[in-house]
Amino acid sequence: MARASDLRRGGRRRSGQRGEMDASAWLDQHRAACTLSLRKLLASPLATLLTAAVIGIALALPTAFFALLHNVQSLGSDWDGAARISLYLADSVADAEGAALAEELVGRADVAIARHIDRAAALAEFRELSGFGEVLDSLDENPLPGVVVVHPQAAATPDAVAALAAELGALHAVGDARVDLQWVQRLHAIIGVIQRAVAIVAALLGVAVLLVVGNTIRLDILGRREEIVVVKLIGATDGFVRRPFLYGGAAYGLLGGALAVLLVTLALGLIAAPVRGLAQLYGSAFEFSGLNLDSALALMLCGMLLGLGGAWLAVGRHLRDIEPR
Amino acid sequence: MIRFDHVSKRYATGGDALADVSFHLPAGGIGFLIGRSGAGKSTLLKLIACIEYASRGQVLIDGQNLGQLGRRGVPYLRRQMGIVFQNHQLLFDRSVFDNVALPLSIAGYPPREIGRRVRAALDKVGLLSKERVYPVSLSGGEQQRVGIARAVVNRPRLLLADEPTGNLDPELSVEIMSLFRQFNQVGVSVLVATHDLSLVERFGHPLLVLQDGRLVHDGFAKRQRAEDTAHGQG
Repeated sequence: MARASDLRRGGRRRSGQRGEMDASAWLDQHRAACTLSLRKLLASPLATLLTAAVIGIALALPTAFFALLHNVQSLGSDWDGAARISLYLADSVADAEGAALAEELVGRADVAIARHIDRAAALAEFRELSGFGEVLDSLDENPLPGVVVVHPQAAATPDAVAALAAELGALHAVGDARVDLQWVQRLHAIIGVIQRAVAIVAALLGVAVLLVVGNTIRLDILGRREEIVVVKLIGATDGFVRRPFLYGGAAYGLLGGALAVLLVTLALGLIAAPVRGLAQLYGSAFEFSGLNLDSALALMLCGMLLGLGGAWLAVGRHLRDIEPR
Repeated sequence: MIRFDHVSKRYATGGDALADVSFHLPAGGIGFLIGRSGAGKSTLLKLIACIEYASRGQVLIDGQNLGQLGRRGVPYLRRQMGIVFQNHQLLFDRSVFDNVALPLSIAGYPPREIGRRVRAALDKVGLLSKERVYPVSLSGGEQQRVGIARAVVNRPRLLLADEPTGNLDPELSVEIMSLFRQFNQVGVSVLVATHDLSLVERFGHPLLVLQDGRLVHDGFAKRQRAEDTAHGQG
């Protein structure tokens, strides 16, 4: 009896006994679920904000660390290319010979720049930077050797630089060759360690976000137990019941991500000024870089996915238990 | 429409809620399910709505064996029936309109269609003027009528009611029952569980009487036999 009359009464989009809805009905349902969950969040703004703040802080911490590391790293790579070899000339070498050596070295393929600092200039520089001017005045003669500062080609590997230093160190006029490279390597090693540590912290905090959202959604589910029973009784599928909670979780995550962007931007902004001062002390024009648009969007997306994941965990565990009795 | 075939239900906590119950409510039929509380009325309705499953025997709705329905099929079965609850089971955080619209939005109707059908259902139960009101501010009888509007808005082929007049005064009870009869007159099968014997007498529909989990009177079978006899004589 019913089949024919159903069709007649049902209109275009009637879903059949196990029928699938067409795409626009499906979209309608998603839109409805989305608005419903957003309305619930807005209905208790303080609780929503608190949850979002917890997520935001959990996301902001590793992000800020990563941003700092990124800056330190770029600092390191700036100086990496500038690995220099200082050739301290033997005492017997006259200034003119030093200048000649520098010019000769520039001719080499593996040397980018070679600059001669004669003994008087070295003394003047030392006097200016060290603050030992008066002590120097009391000396009878200039104790400093002439120096040729060699910049290897930018593409040179640390090994090649070391080999070059050894070769130049063996030159007759050179007393000692020093490579200012070790500290860069150490910096890289330290960055590597910190990077690993931050990655672990980030993973832990990511799990924390999952749990926070999962717990919030779990309470939400328990609080709406009766509503869930009712809609199941009138024919709601698991998907229909699940949807608003998933949207809710994603919204928490997105909000938390946005807060994290705000926090990180704020924190890096506060750090930027002292860093600039520090860089100036070192005579560097280093500019501290904050979050760019891409990383901000990535952070928000990351928050949203974590929120969705947390909601999924809670929903999977609890919705099945809630059945009409 | 509803066929019970030697159905027994035993709960894990022990005790037979239903024992060897068989009956057939024909499509388009209407009947009362009566019995003392604890006789098994609620269990019988739960078996029909797939809230519980039979321990033995078969329950068939419109030819479909509920034992073979599977978890995913349950929502679609429930969409074919309207259920009216004693305590209404309305959602108090949304308006009358949204409550009645719920089965339609679950089934994925387009908004315009939903509006049209919800108003038709509310008109039918005489509450069209209250569509924007929240259920809290309605009287018990009005809440029950909202529950009925929600049960019929999807134009189900089967209407189940569990003590729908339980909390209402006699006058309102008659009004509600009359509504059920009207739906029956346009082809909806109706089964009403009640302990209100005055109502039962007044309307005179076939009875299913449960006593301690057993069906002690089957009004449908009796009516069927009478019809058969009448045909035989004619």
